[in-house]
Amino acid sequence: MKNIELTIDGKIVSVEQGKSVLDAALENGVDIPHICYDPRLTPTGSCRLCLVEIEGQRGLQTSCSRIAEEGMVVSTETKEIAKSRKSTLELMISEHRMVCATCDADGDCLLQDYAYRYHVNEDRFPKIKPKVKVPNFTNYHKAIQYDPTKCVRCMRCVKICEEVQGANAITLRERAGQVLVTTAFNTDLRDSSCESCGQCVGVCPVGAMTNKPAVKLGKVKDLEKVLTTCVYCGVGCQLELNVDRKNNRLVKVTSTPGIIPNDGNTCVKGRFGMDFIGSPERLTHPLIKENGEFRKASWDEALSLVVSKLSSLKAEFGPDALASFSSAKTTNEDNYVMQRFTRAVLGTNNIDHCARLCHASTVTGLAKSFGSGAMTNSIAEIRKAPVIFVIGSNTTENHPVIGITIRQAVRSGDTQLILADPRKISLSGDAGIYMQHKPGTDVALVNAMMNVIISEGLEDKEFIETRTEDYDLVRKAVERFTPEMAAGICGVSAKSIRESARIYAKASAASIIYSMGITQHATGTDNVLSLANLAMLTGNVGKENAGVNPLRGQNNVQGACDMGALPDVYPGYQKVDLPEAQAKFQKAWNAELSIKPGLTVVEIMHAAEAKEIRGIYIVGENPMLSDPDLNHVRQALTALDFLVVQDIFLTETAELADVVLPATSFAEKDGTFTNTERRVQRVRKALDPPGEAREDWRVICDVANRMGYEMDFEDASAIQDEIASLAPIYGGITYDRLTGVGLQWPCHDKNHPGTKFLHSKKFSRGKGKFYQVDYIPPQELPDEEYPFILTTGRMLEHWHTGTMTRRSKVLDYLEPEGFIELNPEDAVKLGVSEGGVLKVKSRRGEIDVPARITEKVFPGCVFLTFHFKENPANALTIAALDPIAKIPEFKACAVSIHA
Amino acid sequence: MKSGTVKEDPGVNLARGILEKHQLMLEKPAVGRDLEKSQELLIPLLQDIQDAYGYLPPPVLEWVSKKTGIPISRMYGVITFYSQFYLEPKGKHTIRCCQGTACHVKGSQAIGEAIEEYLGVKDGDTTDDMQFTFESVQCLGTCFLAPVIMIDNDYYGEMTQGKVKKVLERYSKS
Ligand code: SF4
Ligand code: SF4
Ligand code: SF4
Ligand code: FES
Ligand code: FES
Repeated sequence: MKNIELTIDGKIVSVEQGKSVLDAALENGVDIPHICYDPRLTPTGSCRLCLVEIEGQRGLQTSCSRIAEEGMVVSTETKEIAKSRKSTLELMISEHRMVCATCDADGDCLLQDYAYRYHVNEDRFPKIKPKVKVPNFTNYHKAIQYDPTKCVRCMRCVKICEEVQGANAITLRERAGQVLVTTAFNTDLRDSSCESCGQCVGVCPVGAMTNKPAVKLGKVKDLEKVLTTCVYCGVGCQLELNVDRKNNRLVKVTSTPGIIPNDGNTCVKGRFGMDFIGSPERLTHPLIKENGEFRKASWDEALSLVVSKLSSLKAEFGPDALASFSSAKTTNEDNYVMQRFTRAVLGTNNIDHCARLCHASTVTGLAKSFGSGAMTNSIAEIRKAPVIFVIGSNTTENHPVIGITIRQAVRSGDTQLILADPRKISLSGDAGIYMQHKPGTDVALVNAMMNVIISEGLEDKEFIETRTEDYDLVRKAVERFTPEMAAGICGVSAKSIRESARIYAKASAASIIYSMGITQHATGTDNVLSLANLAMLTGNVGKENAGVNPLRGQNNVQGACDMGALPDVYPGYQKVDLPEAQAKFQKAWNAELSIKPGLTVVEIMHAAEAKEIRGIYIVGENPMLSDPDLNHVRQALTALDFLVVQDIFLTETAELADVVLPATSFAEKDGTFTNTERRVQRVRKALDPPGEAREDWRVICDVANRMGYEMDFEDASAIQDEIASLAPIYGGITYDRLTGVGLQWPCHDKNHPGTKFLHSKKFSRGKGKFYQVDYIPPQELPDEEYPFILTTGRMLEHWHTGTMTRRSKVLDYLEPEGFIELNPEDAVKLGVSEGGVLKVKSRRGEIDVPARITEKVFPGCVFLTFHFKENPANALTIAALDPIAKIPEFKACAVSIHA
Repeated sequence: MKSGTVKEDPGVNLARGILEKHQLMLEKPAVGRDLEKSQELLIPLLQDIQDAYGYLPPPVLEWVSKKTGIPISRMYGVITFYSQFYLEPKGKHTIRCCQGTACHVKGSQAIGEAIEEYLGVKDGDTTDDMQFTFESVQCLGTCFLAPVIMIDNDYYGEMTQGKVKKVLERYSKS
């Protein structure tokens, strides 16, 4: 982008071409008053506070809607301007119920600031008596509160809801003196298309749209903002925890425009779902189980017990009888210490975490094709991609802030969206082409797209020639996948397969975005490989705005993998069975290390049931809800000789433990998370932990030391330094470089700026490798006894096993219970109506769950979320594993349904 | 997250024909995105729909929103901005009672109350027999006649509570 120069108040400033005069001023420290402006929105030009004088032009101009031009001479604060601003403010105030003393926005309100700055006469115009306490569309909402008597009608909330969030829930109604914000037909906000993101609250310049749970908990002067990384999903939004230090309490969450990666946007979980931190159910003391009951214990007693049990099991049954589950929720530092402990102290590579359950197939698949198992490109590039192909990702619900980026890109008219998903998800309304393929038929679909591309000569021959190998294998393999043949398998039209293939292949750059719809299959690795094939075939890797982009689920699942909380790799994906790697880490950690790769999550469960694994140390995971085939998980965990669980709540898994250790939440510790675009970002301590809860890594270090292995770190930053010294992709990442924006790995040394997109000149593995992938149907297909296909997933308002989100008042209010989605046709056949309870059975278990009737799913297919312990989806799912990645098939199994 | 599901009830058929005459509206997403343009196109469309149905039935609007990509919230904003649009079926006769400054001074509030009492409805509502819709408005532009009411296209000036009944009786079903 070109920059231009102009003069503002006598100073020459420079700004990107196309920006407004107001942008130019604000970016250069000239604070022109502005009430209806926000950098994320198109200009409204209605408040008229941003008036400036531009040399050679008559009258005053609204600087927010004037594009800056080369050589412009602007004055922002003349007598005339000040006079005009003063009257404008006085008029505004005559319609505003000025009650700063009781307003939550006191100290954080532009009207208040400007009124003071221009020293307005509050009584210049007769006050318009506002009607107080008239019910409005937010009365019953638990998160958002609108007060029309404080509204200055700037339209920021309406515009952010429409232009940024894309939810289009609110509008301004009526005219003249009666303008109000409301929903269509004035319905309750919860019944509108509102996604409860709270962007409207965040953007309101005054105290009209407010964060309801924070009301009366503290004004700006009582609060301290601590910048940190969201703990919910892999987007890794930068959030400010507004905490009241005196009361050690989180009051609310905010975010600031301009920040990377979320530009001040958040979803409902990030903004309103953090109250779990202060939940009275938090664990505050270690617990020891005696005669089937937990009792409080001291740290000393609990740790002694852990140490003696682990040591004796190791002595009696050998190191490989022990295993540990690390966590994609905890920091890189916690994960690093946990895997070092497992390898150096327990002496086994039996360490894994729930990445196995979401993206193990990404890690193995993309490593095979490209040499690196991570999102190739960056979140910011999505907005600029000419074509986006989303497959198996309900992005707006599961990675909401990336979801809105896709929505914005498409609605701007610059981007074409191709969507393939078995459910008619929200993005389907924006997709140019939408293919509702059957669960588990992804390979057939993608192969057919490649078939079209090759037979129409749309492949990128030069890229294939110079950058890849084994192309012939794929060319042959997809020959038989004609669109007509695949159409039969996938249940979509051959025409849409053809069109998608053409649009994707002809784009100057096309980005593939996928998530668990691709990975959570017994053919998960195959699915990933075929997407990699598709991208290489068209030269869409190693270039900007393109790539193969897996969206990682948990906030730190990328980091936990990077840290080597996996059975086959050390930090930085160095193979445990490589003697050089073994030697390197033996030396660094001063311990004997096993060269034998360990077991994966599901294998550990099987081994526990077979009494081959005797003791497990679990940090921050809840396999009792997250893993497939729950009845088996319970049997496995109860068969153990010893189970220790370290967590922030007494989860379903912790209830089975012999010892429970209370850990700190992300708000109570320092560290880093690595988001889905490989960006390592800081987590900062904002609150003191409840009771005696302690940071995970400190507890693990204590256990290690008590077991006779010396492992000490002064603080989290020292751990990061050790990571940098051992994992080359993190080589240049230290805390002093993470103060503002995070760094994207690979970042090899102190001077490396980080990497925006991977494989630019060369693939990590040298050449990109094509793999021949054939279509294999899901392991369990519907039959007479179990006639429905069940697919599982998540929803916007809840997270994983609900441990945190179900303890949030707002999230619980929005979605208090689980449900099963089924098509109206099936509902009629079953004779069930909305909310009617259904019994769902599979070969492995059964649950009762209320029906939600929707055309999102096609007839014969049903959908369940796995967040709810009352009706756990995973009682039904199948533990069929992908042979390479060992990821279970969560996305397809056969069930029967009974009204 | 809940999304409104709109069934294509037969009522939409009328609108289908109307929408065909407004082809430009279907050029989404350009129209959906461009606020000014969408408003410019939306108003004539809404007028046609109101002419056909007598008012703007919400299910029809939701259907139009789906077809055109213009958010229903924005349509609602436009509709409530213009007093010519109605979201509910209107009575055979519309009674407008002026509450502008001049009329207010001359006691229009009592006139309004008298009308409400006679019809048994509140401001903005329609009588059950669909005969009358009553609404309060700002200045009708005939302040010299204050207090004024207007029934359909006729003005009645210098109203008194007593005159209300007499005037309205002329419009009642006989
Ligand atoms: S919470 Fe989000 S979706 Fe709901 S009205 Fe506000 S901005 Fe729109
Ligand atoms: S609620 Fe706030 S953001 Fe919305 S129009 Fe009113 S003042 Fe502006
Ligand atoms: S999108 Fe993800 S990271 Fe951002 S606020 Fe929501 S849950 Fe947190
Ligand atoms: S900020 Fe320019 S008119 Fe409001
Ligand atoms: S105020 Fe009633 S007609 Fe003008």
